[in-house]
Order: sequence, then structure tokens, then C-alpha cells
Amino acid sequence: MHKEAAIREPLILGHKTYHDITVDVCKPIEDKAPRGWYVLFTIALIIAIYGVGCIMYLLGTGIGVWGINKTIGWAWDITNFVWWVGIGHAGTLISAVLLLFRQKWRMAINRSAEAMTIFAVFMAGTFPLIHMGRLWLGYWTMPIPNQFGSLWVNFNSPLLWDVFAISTYLSVSLVFWYIGLIPDFATLRDRVKRPIPKKMYSILSFGWSGRAKNWNRFEIVSLVLAGLSTPLVFSVHSIVSFDFATSVIPGWHTTIFPPYFVAGAVFSGFAMVQTLMLVIRKAFRLEAYIHTRHIEYMNIVIMVTGSIVGTAYITELFISWYSGVEYEAYAFLNRATGPYWWAYWSMMTCNVISPQLMWIKPLRRSLYFTFFISIVVNIGMWFERYVIIVTSIHRDYLPAAWSMHYPSHMDIGVYIGTIGIFFVFYLLFARFFPVLPIAELKTILKSSGESYKNAPDHHEHESNHSSHH
Amino acid sequence: MEFKITKNANLFTIILMALGIVCTIVGVVLEMGHDHGHHLPQRLSGNLLINSFFFFGIAIASLFFLALKYATETAWYVAIKRVIEGVAGFLPFGVGLLLITFAYITLNDGAHIYLWMDEEIVKHDEIIQGKAFYLSKTFFWIRTLVYVTIYLLYYWGFRKRSLLEDQVGGTELHYKNYKKGATFLVFFAVFSSTSAWDWIMSIDVHWFSTLFGWYVFSGMWCTAMIVMVILTLYLKRLGHLERVNENHIHDIGKWVFAISFLWSYLWFSQFMLIWFANIPEETTYFVTRIAHFKVLYFGMFLINFVFPMVLLMSRDAKRHSGLLIFVGLIVFFGHWMDTYIMVMGGSMGENASIGFMEIGLLLLILGLFVRVILTSLTKAPLDVKNHPYLEESIHHEV
Repeated sequence: MHKEAAIREPLILGHKTYHDITVDVCKPIEDKAPRGWYVLFTIALIIAIYGVGCIMYLLGTGIGVWGINKTIGWAWDITNFVWWVGIGHAGTLISAVLLLFRQKWRMAINRSAEAMTIFAVFMAGTFPLIHMGRLWLGYWTMPIPNQFGSLWVNFNSPLLWDVFAISTYLSVSLVFWYIGLIPDFATLRDRVKRPIPKKMYSILSFGWSGRAKNWNRFEIVSLVLAGLSTPLVFSVHSIVSFDFATSVIPGWHTTIFPPYFVAGAVFSGFAMVQTLMLVIRKAFRLEAYIHTRHIEYMNIVIMVTGSIVGTAYITELFISWYSGVEYEAYAFLNRATGPYWWAYWSMMTCNVISPQLMWIKPLRRSLYFTFFISIVVNIGMWFERYVIIVTSIHRDYLPAAWSMHYPSHMDIGVYIGTIGIFFVFYLLFARFFPVLPIAELKTILKSSGESYKNAPDHHEHESNHSSHH
Repeated sequence: MEFKITKNANLFTIILMALGIVCTIVGVVLEMGHDHGHHLPQRLSGNLLINSFFFFGIAIASLFFLALKYATETAWYVAIKRVIEGVAGFLPFGVGLLLITFAYITLNDGAHIYLWMDEEIVKHDEIIQGKAFYLSKTFFWIRTLVYVTIYLLYYWGFRKRSLLEDQVGGTELHYKNYKKGATFLVFFAVFSSTSAWDWIMSIDVHWFSTLFGWYVFSGMWCTAMIVMVILTLYLKRLGHLERVNENHIHDIGKWVFAISFLWSYLWFSQFMLIWFANIPEETTYFVTRIAHFKVLYFGMFLINFVFPMVLLMSRDAKRHSGLLIFVGLIVFFGHWMDTYIMVMGGSMGENASIGFMEIGLLLLILGLFVRVILTSLTKAPLDVKNHPYLEESIHHEV
């Protein structure tokens, strides 16, 4: 049997039974939604509708309504795309990589992080599609024979690799998330009284009966999907980084991009998970399951990935000098001291300095501070992409073509709009889906639940073993 | 049961070292006769650098792994903790070998390994002049000494507290290791990259790649995991490490598998991006290597990537000692080959070949490496006591 060291902090606080877990997680779904939910949902919906309006205007008029120009053909659109894809990394990292590392604390956050991932990838996918200007020709990104009316795709282009990488990632993440939900939907199906929700959860749970055979298959599928998703966590953001790094643009073309983008994605993804979880645990009274220790673990991940990102920034800076290539050196000098210095230093402050504060234990265990830093990191990671993209191309090899990028109302509207759409999805998820994995949490109750961990028979068990040796 | 070096192991390491010395001497004599001994300092220092760096890398990566386990509060590794410390026990010797190598190279004005140490060359080279502040003998030595001093201090500290924990127990030492582990990782995060630039990347003095440090680091980490798994299986075969069961072996196997992937991923990222952008200043690195070491270079990549991927994919394989040792030994030499090409590709180039000197120095330092590790294992009981996660590690099951 698994045994957990006495000095580890329990992961489930208080005296919870199996039944308590079911009740605690199902309650927010079964009760009427609190007023706060309606307020948040309305705000998110208004922003989302505004965003959709902006997208419609953009599609009707052309992408010239954005602030882009001949020199800066990519700006907020691709920045937002990378930002959202990055956020969409945490979910699969938590569900797959942390599963392989047997991190039990991931069970407090995996469900909602996976949901966040899926919605974030939806938002990310929006940007390349609307950047095409002709949304209805989106299928041209697929390798479909010319006879169909589209054009054969360019397999040498990393943008095409993105199409494959992101659609694979989305499919696997979606399946992984859904498989985990099935037993919990079945729990809800068996509990709800009203006929329509009962019917809905019944359909969603795919006739799950809870037999040993079901669980056996469930376990096998989970492990296979975890194995499949782990390389995907690396591949998606590596390929996103290839969009830039395969070019010959100083500031874009650098070999450290793939792993550094992956680290940055996990960094921003965890920050977003923190933002969401801190609200959910309070709103749904799940403090026993998502407590200070979980927040601390996530802050440590943020600190480590932030440090990796910081090391990569400094490596790039150093090598741009060491290389002796004038253009490389200028690209970085221009970032730090050129007209976009404010973006560069915002990025440095938010991404390099702020996560280092997590070395201080009281700070990384403070919920308010964590919430603040999680927002700061998300701002910083947006600036990182903006700095990489815009400052590298706004002054290229030809000084006559140098230019500046100023965002238009449409840039801002579409970006803010996706945040609104994201929250509409997320709030619906939180309202109707179990935000914690009920079945999985039950597997750690006996080993990591506070009342079981410190129960008297536990110590007896321990002393029995030490007498053997 | 205390661990003692067996007669066979004793004989084996002595034979390795003796054979190594003989081959090296033959190699040196042959090289002296060849082309008036013109290439001797370069070839000798190149070989010294390959082997001292390769085996030093294994030791420091083991120390890194130990620090990682401390900082991440891992439990399963406790059963093999002394094995990790044993491999890290080569660190003082590795540092010694590196310093001897650097001293020899410095006294020979770079020995055509570090061209930037050669004043005649620097005089006519504007690119090197541009970074002369960083690539200068004095600053190089200051950096090197800072790296190795900090590494050694951490090594001795970890070792001291580990032995002390056996006697006093409690959680104070455990939490101290947790903190020290985290701070070691900070130093290592910086030094592993910068030392790879200083010691290896500066051989191709005009070339640069931001990923290079991480790539080198992943290679040594992978080799360290291989050494750990082979050593653990060896000790088990001798009847030691009773607490270690197939679950622990499985976990080390998973690390070998995972870090092989990490290395392959970084190799691919560096290669693909440079190949794709096709900027001559950057492609020169691969162009020279493919021109002179085509089979070895791609062979090395295939061995280090495909072997672990195909053979260690399944759960059973990672619990099968024969397979782990088979794959491990081959990939071990695959990574040695990687180091060989990193050093020789940028220095000897078309004149490089694997002869008596290459084999001799490899055997000599391999023999020393095995002997030092086995000796360091005799210095402390193989089963740790009082570690707070000991019970959790004993009950480890995957």
C-alpha cells in the first residue's frame, strides 16, 4: 500500500468522508447559482458580445482596421494568439506531466485547469482564423487537394505545423478532460432530481455504471492519454516558437526559443490557474480541497518557470552581444532602450522580478499576494509576446521601412472580447460541471486526508514497519 | 552489509586503467611521429577535455539530480540516495581533471582548442577581439574556479548532512537540504549554461547558439541517469540495496527514457532552427561536423534518440535489468560520442580520427571513474537511515 510521510502537509483538510467529497463538489451545481455568478456572467457576456461585434466588423471591413501596417504585419493578433495558447498549457501539464510525476496535489486543480486549457485554445485559434480576413475560408489551412477549391498548403511553413500541433493538442486535451468527467457526470446523474438535468447528465455520462470493468478501462485510457499528451505539451509551444525562430529576423531567430517558450507557457498557464482557482475555492467553499499548500505548490511552479524564462532572456541578451552580429545586438538594444522600452521593462518587471518574490515563504502562502502576482504574470506574459513580435519587426534591416505600431479600437476590442468569451465558457463550466474530480479526490482521501493521515492506527502501522528493520 | 569492492571489480578497473595508460602512450608516440608532432598538443588536450568534461558532467549532473530530489521533496529516491551520492563522489576528481586539462591548454596558448587564447590568431580576428573581455585567459579561469568551487562546496555540504542524518535523524537536516537543494539549482541553472559556453562552445570561437548550454546539460543529465541505473542494478546483483525493488528501477528507467527525449528534443530544436534559417555564421557548426563526422554524428543522434525510445517505451522494459543495461551502455557511449564530436568537430576537424589516444584516455578515465565511484560507495552504508521519506520510499509502488 502507498504510504505518505508524516511530515507532508495533508491535501484534504478537516474530517471528510467519501460522501462529503461528493456533496461538497456537487453542491454548487445542485444549488441555485449565487447572485455573484449572474453578475460575473452578465459582465462576461456583454464583453463577449462586444468582442463578437468587433470581429464581425473586422471581417466585414478587412484586417486593415487593426493597427498593423506594411512593416508590422503581425502585432496584437499574433500576440494574443501566443498568449492564449500559452495559457492553454497548464491544463495538460497538470493532468499529464504531474500525473506522471505522481503529484497528488494536482487533483485539486486538474479539472478546472483542463477546462481552462480547452477554452484558452479556442480563443487562441480564433486569431489566426480572423487574421485570414475570410473566416469562411478557414478550411484552406488544411491540406485539401486543389480540386476542392482551396490551395495546397505549404508544408515548409511552421504556420501549417501550428495547425496540426494545435488541433492535435485540442483534440487530446478535450478527450482527456472528458474521460475524467464521465464518472463524475454519472455521480451527478444519480443525484439530481429534476428530469431535464437528469437526462442531460445521463447522456453526458455515456451510461457509466461504475463496474470494475469500467474503472479498469478508465485507468488504462487515462494512462495512455497522459503518455500521449506529455509530448504534446512540449510540441505545441515549440512549434508556436518555430513561427518566429525559423525566420532570419534578429530577435526571432534564436535556438533557445522552443524550450523557453514552453517554460513561458507553463508560467502563464499556472498564473491563470491561480487567478481562477483563488476565486473558485472561495465562491464554491472548496477551501478544504484547494488550500494554502496547493497555492504554494503552484507558486513554486510559477517561480521555477519564471526563473527559466528569466534565464532565457538573459541568455539571449548575452549571446546577442557575444555573437558579434551587429543586427542581433541592435535588436536587443532597441528592445531595452528604443521606443518600446516601456514594454520591455514591463515584461522584465512582471516576468523576471515578480516571480522571484515567491522565494519568500509568507508571500507565496499569502492568497491575496498570489492573486496579485498571478495577474501581474499574465500581464507580463502578454508583454513578452508583444515585445518579441513588435519590437523585432518594427525596425528591420531597411531603416526606410521602420515604423511603429499603435493599436486601434479593433485591436483592443477583439482582444478584450476573447477574454469575455473565455469567461462566458468558464463560468458555464463552473456552473454545470464538477470543478473538482470527485472520483480522483477519493483515491487520495485515505493517504492524504488530514483526519486519516493523523489517525492513531496510522502510527501503529508505521511502528510495525520500523520494527521490521 | 557494508559494500566492499569485489576482486573482479578491482581487477577490472586496474585493467581498464592499465590498458588506458598503455594505449595513451602508444597514441602519444604515434602522434609525435606523425607530421613532426604538429597536432600533438591539440589532439592530447582535445582528448583530455572530452573525457574530463564527460565524466565531470556525469558527477555534476548526479549532484544536480540529488539537489532536484531535495528541492522537490521527492520520496522514492531515498532507497537509492547513496547511489546518487556515490556517482556524485567523482566530482572532486572530475574537477581535478578539468583543471589539469585547462592548465595544459592555457600553457599551450589554447593548444588550437581555444583559439581565443592564441594571441597570434586574436590579432587578426575582429570577431574574437569584440568579445575579448569575456574570452580572456584571466576571466576564463576566474569563472571556472567560481563554478567548481561552488559545486564542490555544495557537494561536501550535501554529503556531510547526508551522513549526519543517519546518526541524528529529525527534520532539521532534511529542511536544510531542501533549502540548499533549491539554492544549488539556482547556481546550477546559470553555471550549467555559462560553463558550457566557456568550456565547449568557445572551441568554435565564432559560433554561437543560445540553446547550447541546455543541450549540453541534458546530455550529461541523461548519462548520469544511465550510470545510476547501471550502478543500482550492479549493487542489487551483489545482494545490496535490499529496499530497492522493481518499482524504483522502473522510476530510474523512466528518467533515462524521459531525459533521452529531452536531449533529443533539444538536439532537434537546435539543429532544425539553424538548418531552416540557413544563416552561414550558424550553419558552419553543423556543416563542419557533417563534413567530417557524418556517420558518427547522425549515428550518435540515432543511438541516443531511437534506442531508448524504442527499447524502453514499455513498462516491462523499464523493469528489465538486462535491457536497461544493454540500452544504457550503448547510449552511454552515444553521449560520449556527442562530446567527442562537440570538441573535435571544432578543433581537429578533418584531422580527427579515433585512434589509440582516444581509446586510451577514455579507458583510463573510465577506469578511474568506476574505481572512484565504487570507493566512495564503501565509505558509507548503502542504506540510509532516518530520512523522513524513508518509509514512503520503501512502500514505493508504481
